[in-house]
This record gives sequence, C-alpha cells and structure tokens, in this order.
Amino acid sequence: MPTPPLLALYGVCKRFGVVDVLTDVELEIRAGEVVALLGDNGAGKSTLVKVISGVAPADRGVIKWEGRTVHIRRPQDARDLGIATVYQDLALCGNLDVVGNLFLGREIRRLGFLDEVEMERRTGHLLERLTKRVPDLRAPLVSLSSGQRQTVAIARSLLGDPRLLLLDEPTATLGLEQTNEVLDLVDRLRDRGLGVLLISHNMGDVKALADRAAVLRLGRNNGFFDVNTTSQEQIISSITGAAENVPRRMAHRESGW
Amino acid sequence: MKGKRNTADNPRADLPTPTVEARQPHRRRVVARAVESQVTVLRRKLGAGELGLLPVVLVLVAVWISFQSLNENFLSPRNLSNLSVDIVGTGLIAVGIVFVLLLGELDLSVGSISGLAAAIFAVLNVNNGVPEWLALIIAVLAGTVAGSVQGFSFARTRVPAFVVTLAGLLTWNGLMLYILGTSGTINLDENGLVAKLTSYYFTNDAAAYGLAAVGSGAVFLVSYLDNRRRKAVGMRHRSLPAIAVRTGVLAVIAFAAAYVLNQFQGLPLALLIFLVIVAGLDIVLRRTHYGRQIYAVGGGVEAARRASLSVTRVQTAVLAVSGTMAAIGGLFLASRITSVSQGSGTGVLLLNAVAAAVIGGTSLFGGRGTTWSAVLGMLVIQSIASGMAITDTPAAVQFMITGGVLFAAAVIDALSRHSQEAHGRA
Repeated sequence: MPTPPLLALYGVCKRFGVVDVLTDVELEIRAGEVVALLGDNGAGKSTLVKVISGVAPADRGVIKWEGRTVHIRRPQDARDLGIATVYQDLALCGNLDVVGNLFLGREIRRLGFLDEVEMERRTGHLLERLTKRVPDLRAPLVSLSSGQRQTVAIARSLLGDPRLLLLDEPTATLGLEQTNEVLDLVDRLRDRGLGVLLISHNMGDVKALADRAAVLRLGRNNGFFDVNTTSQEQIISSITGAAENVPRRMAHRESGW
Repeated sequence: MKGKRNTADNPRADLPTPTVEARQPHRRRVVARAVESQVTVLRRKLGAGELGLLPVVLVLVAVWISFQSLNENFLSPRNLSNLSVDIVGTGLIAVGIVFVLLLGELDLSVGSISGLAAAIFAVLNVNNGVPEWLALIIAVLAGTVAGSVQGFSFARTRVPAFVVTLAGLLTWNGLMLYILGTSGTINLDENGLVAKLTSYYFTNDAAAYGLAAVGSGAVFLVSYLDNRRRKAVGMRHRSLPAIAVRTGVLAVIAFAAAYVLNQFQGLPLALLIFLVIVAGLDIVLRRTHYGRQIYAVGGGVEAARRASLSVTRVQTAVLAVSGTMAAIGGLFLASRITSVSQGSGTGVLLLNAVAAAVIGGTSLFGGRGTTWSAVLGMLVIQSIASGMAITDTPAAVQFMITGGVLFAAAVIDALSRHSQEAHGRA
C-alpha cells in the first residue's frame, strides 16, 4: 500500500461574504516533493495558503494529514501538525536582530531571562545549513538585504522542524543572485524530505524547482501537471484559461447547485 | 556610554606597568587590540545608523562645558548633587514614556496621573490620617489602574494612544481637582516618608562608593560570565581585556560621580532609587521575554501578531507601566516641594518628560531605545535649566534652547532611521 500524501485537500470551499473564493479545490503534497501552486491574480492561491495555515479556515471540505482527517481552525493547529508558512510580506520585526526575529514568540529562557547565547548558537547553526553568506546575527533586520531577510524568514519557519513548508511568492522581490540562493535553499529542503508548496508567478522558478504544478483558475482546480514532462505553454494556457481542464464554471453551477 | 568608552580608552592604553617590564609591550598590545576592536564595532554601528546613546552624551558634555565656562560654580559638587536629585521626579515619568515610545505611541496623560497620585497621597495621609506607607501604595496603584484603563481602551478600540491619553489628561486632572476640593494646597509632613524620598542623603562615603563598586562589579560579572559561555560553545566572543576596558570606563565614571556626591552630602536616596528602577527596567526590557514582546510590537504589530504574541496584553501592560511610573514620579515631585497643589502635574512636566526620552535617543518611530535614555535626556534638560538659573538667563531662553535640543534629537532619530534602511537596501 502506497504511503498516503503528507497533506491532501478534498472539496475545499471558502467564501468571503458573497464571493466564492475557493470551490471544491483538491490538492496533494507528498513528503520530499515541491508542488507549485499557479494561477492568475485573484485565482485563490493566497486564500488556499491561508486555509492550510489556519489563518482563514475552510468553510467546507476535508483535509487529510498523512491519511488522517484533521481540522485546521487556527494557526496554532497548523503549527502543531508541522505546517510552517512564509508569507509574502515576511512578517519580521525590522528593529529586532536576526536572532530576535528567529526566536520571536518562542524565546529560550534560562533562569527566567532570555538565553541569548543559546539562541545565537542555534541561529548560527541553522543559517549555516541554509546559506553560504550568513548575515551578522546581531544586526537589526532593516539593515539586511531583501535576500537575507527572505533567508531569515525561511529559517524562522524551519525552527519548529516542520514537515510541510508553504512559501508565498518567495522570490518576487529578489534579484537574480538572491533568487538562485532561495531556490537552492528550497531544493535542499526537499532533499531533506520536506513537502513544499510554492506559490510563484515566475515560470522559470517553477520549471527549475517544482516536481508537480497545480493550477487554480477562478477558485477552482484547472489541472495538475508533471512539470518535467509538460511544456511551459501548456501550463500557461491553463493558467490564463485558454485551456479549460474542468467543466466551465457556469455549466458546473447549473448542474451542481 | 559608547562614546565615552571610546574617548576615554586611549589614555588607559598607555598606562605604564613598570614592575613587569618584560610583559609590558605584550600587555600594551593586548589592551591596544581590545581598544581597536571596540572602535571597529563602534564604527560599524555608526555606519549602520545605530547611534545609541552617543549623541545625547555628546550634547551633555557640550552643555556642561558651555555652562562651566560661563560660571565656574556649575560643575561644583553642590550643583551637581542638586541636579542629581532634581532629575529624579521627571526622570521616572520619562522612563514610563520610554516604554510607550517603544511601541511607537505617546502617552499624554502622565502629567495628570502624577498630579493625581500626589493628590491621592496627600488627601489620604494628611487630611484623613491614613498611614504613609498605605497611602503611598494606594497612590502608586491608582497610577497603575489609570494607565491600565487607558491601555486596555487603546488596545481594544484601536483609537490612537495619544487620543486616549489626551482624554486621560483631562479626566485625571479633573479627578485630581475634585479630590483636592476646596483645600487648594496641602502641605506634606516635613519629616515624613515621602519628604525623606528627596531630602535623605547617605552621608557615609561608603554608600556612594559602594554603589559604584557594586554597579560596575555587576556589569563586569555579567559580561564575563556571558563571554565564558560563548567561548565554551565556540562562538564569537570578546577578549578579557576588551571586557575590562568596557567596565573600566564605566567604573571610572561611576567612581567620579560618587566622589563628587561625597564632596557635598553623600549619595541622595532619590538618586539611588532612580538608578535601581532604571537598571531594573532596563533588564526587564532587554533580557526578558516580556521586554522582547514590547520591542517586537514596536517593530511591527502584524509580525508580532503572526508570531502569536498577544498584542492587546502588551499594549495594556505598557500603558500600565507608564501610569505607574508617572505616579511614582509624581510622589517624588511632591516630595521635592513637600506639598501638593492644584498645579501639581501640570505645565511643562509632560513636555519635559517626553522631551527627555526623545533627547536621550529613544526613537519616536517605536522599537528603539533604552531606559537609560530617560536618565541622560533628563540630565541634559535639567542641566540647561540649572545652568540658566545659575547664569541668570531668563526662562524664555531656556525654553528656546531646550526646544532646539529636542528638535535636533528628533532630526537625528529620523536620519538614523533613514540611514538604517538605506544600509539594508545597499
């Protein structure tokens, strides 16, 4: 019997007011696999990430973690399962140093006081594994480059030893060299057996990194592709809607609802 | 402190050690290297816009030199000793303001809360015969409660803190006038506990020197132990001479201050309490989980929230701290004049407290600053006031000069923030 996927979503729906943002969405992510989540603006990518990370829980649908049905209602639930999220705006404190940001909200204490030595040691170890150019651990975050900040944000998400990492547009604000560094990093995380869900607008990144791609269009699945065997054009046409891989939205609505 | 450390280091590097001639060049090299590494760190920090306490120290030195050249009594033990007591009342209020500024907010009610606390104490103790210690505790707790109420309203309603506390300014001032009633001015017991707060001096020389020794000893011990742990796990650490140089400079300043105080009446109780509170709250801010949360909320509310910090609790607690500190400061101010009147806690008190925190280098944008900036900023403000009094300059000029210093401090703050961000973009 094959091992069940790390995370599987079936029939996930999410409404904001009167707007159906996600309708019957399915998704599977296996350990040691990078799945790209693609779609035009407003296709529901970020909402899907929020559903999985517990920020905006699903209205309906089934979420299975290693084959077991789970309920993700709060960010805490996702974190307890081993799901970590790196948001597009990173959500770091500019005035705190690298160590402070990494351990924010889960500081190590010693005799009631912050144990800066231990936190700095662990930060150093973690960052050495992730990047070749470790930033000054005591520099406030505003003084780091955007690539370094991205590395810190990813390192922060890895601190709790997650099994699944959600990356929302990790390379959108980065230059070429920094992008390569982040892509290398994601590659190494996959080799370590993590499941990664990568949201990206950049087909280059997707081609370079992802094993499979899931396309969302207007809040519905619009095809799953094996990135290595599918042409870029095919994927793009499914993003733009030139190729409809599921019944049209109107037709579906008439029959189903 | 950083600036002083640096300038005062160099003469120490040339200290002769005639008894062990063979080791002298070696030791000198070690010290020189320690000084050098300090300078490198300092230069990097300055380049990145982390000015810390350097500007306020420079301003303080400049103010002291100017007034000393105008009137040689300015740096007399008597004047400096009085100065060290005069800064305490407003300085304690400024410490609370530092907490609020760390969130990037402003508390306008501290003046009124300080007056309210003093009035509550006076009415309970003098008019109703409540024991001093009990009246003191109730007065301080009243400040805590007033601050908490404001903090909770601010955190829950998301009305900016300066508006909530502006309403507080009026409310607490009205409450104070109501409590004082028709009595107008209430004189405190000249020999009572509260009067002693600012009139008691430890005349024994050992007190001031002891405080200096304990203070620098503690700083040395903490950095030495910290360093030893870093060395044990193979992390970047300072050499022993570097630590010695740092604490050495601190000790020189501390013992010089103790010497000056002992030339007059000894260590003032008020100064001792002030320094203990400031040092204690500094440890709370920089070394505890609670303090880290304050910096985090000041650096980014959204980031703090996503890191599952309770922003509401932090904001409420911070305004509670500033209310408490305002009440304590108000009692010291009342102690200085041994009376409470309808004018208590009004006038330039609030403005001076905010100005002290900002002049001391606490950022108006939140997330940067220490409690020591309240001490240094208050020293600058009070030095200007005292220098003006000594040189018979009209108060009008005093306001203008203090205003200029405050403006300069705000500009330095904005520029250093800008330079930090530019540093990141490069």
